[in-house]
Amino acid sequence: MPPLARPVPICPLRARSCAAVLLCAGVLAVLVGCDEDRPAPPAVVGGDAARGRLLLAQYQCGSCHQIPGVEGARGMTGPALDGFGGRSYVAGFMPNYPDALMRWIVDPPAVKPGTAMPAMGVSAEDVRHMAAYLYALK
Amino acid sequence: MISIAAAAAPASQSALHPAGPDAAIIAQLGWVLFGGGALVFVGVMAVCALSLRKGRPVRPLVWIAGAGVLLPLAALSALLVFGVWNSAELIRPSSQHAVKISVVARMWWWEVRYTDPAGGGDIVLANEIHLPVGQPVYLGLSSGDVIHSFWVPALAGKVDTVPGRLHGMTLQADRAGVYRAQCAEYCGEQHARMALHVVAQPPDEFQAWLAAQARPARGGGAGAGQGRRAFIEQRCVACHTIRGVSDGVAAGLGPDLTHVGSRLYLGAGALRNQPGALAAWIADPHSVKPGVRMPASADMDGATLRALAAYLEQLK
Repeated sequence: MPPLARPVPICPLRARSCAAVLLCAGVLAVLVGCDEDRPAPPAVVGGDAARGRLLLAQYQCGSCHQIPGVEGARGMTGPALDGFGGRSYVAGFMPNYPDALMRWIVDPPAVKPGTAMPAMGVSAEDVRHMAAYLYALK
Repeated sequence: MISIAAAAAPASQSALHPAGPDAAIIAQLGWVLFGGGALVFVGVMAVCALSLRKGRPVRPLVWIAGAGVLLPLAALSALLVFGVWNSAELIRPSSQHAVKISVVARMWWWEVRYTDPAGGGDIVLANEIHLPVGQPVYLGLSSGDVIHSFWVPALAGKVDTVPGRLHGMTLQADRAGVYRAQCAEYCGEQHARMALHVVAQPPDEFQAWLAAQARPARGGGAGAGQGRRAFIEQRCVACHTIRGVSDGVAAGLGPDLTHVGSRLYLGAGALRNQPGALAAWIADPHSVKPGVRMPASADMDGATLRALAAYLEQLK
């Protein structure tokens, strides 16, 4: 009768290597779970981001601003609008909420008298869609 | 065939959507050549396929002399006759038309001059031509620097503008509408953004437009003072003319701005003329059209920029 074989261990590694692997896996899991510590951008009621992208091109906002995803938006006159969804301020002084952004887009000189950004005749309907697109920019 | 092509191309700059007699002739010639060429291609491919079959001997002389010499001779002669006869129908340039327009191509815009029907000074504008529907107009084409080419595909063929020469062209639009023209001879960095718009209008609208363009610039009302002052103080007046404001200054390096607010586009088709577009162009034309001769505005504060843009926008 052959001798009883030693029981095959479940983990083929030795105990110390196993512990090291588990520790690393645990650290990685925690790190992967972390996201950048920013609040989610506000939602614009009744705003369609896809329409907003087309409207931004139609009003030629890109002639002064760089806006990702909008065709021809290469302007250097105004600040670039990358990641606008994460910005803290609109126009450098108003907290970045939809109402403030929409008031700014519709009539900039009324909000900030010395600004170079002119009023472009954006309707109340159109500005909602444009704001929705801008808030979608991460 | 025309309707299939019609679905694809934007009609305002399409040689496949002729709106004038010359363009119609060119389009017809093009389609005949295309159709004939397609037939020849299909025929040659068929013969090639047949020739790869096994077996049947052929008489080489018949094929070489007949299909290889006589048939092309007949077909090409017919096409030659058709092409020459068709081309002879193109409008001959003639300056014996009521409306005469001078077009001087520059890098990278088009200077357009009309004769004032009331006998005053020339009506100077830029990047836009209006003409009465159904009436031929004479264009005198020249260039101020390098060779450009005037091409409005929906109305006519290309005519080069050569410095030192004057090329005459008769243009006619048979349908009202806006037709986009494009420089068709490579002329430098912004050759691709050197567009011009041809607006065909009913004759009475055209006369009204011409009379409005002949007038000097509007005063602009109470709020326009700051903008008008900025036009002079910021030295825009050194290159641009606004009749009624910059009289006495010999400019002409840049487009005439007397009625810039009435134009469809800015920067020779680079921007649609909407609120805000003029401010963008003045602040930094290079972000729209890199390499243009106009410098970015160096030291204009925001309020002055807006005032200047607003003043120019109301120059209709």
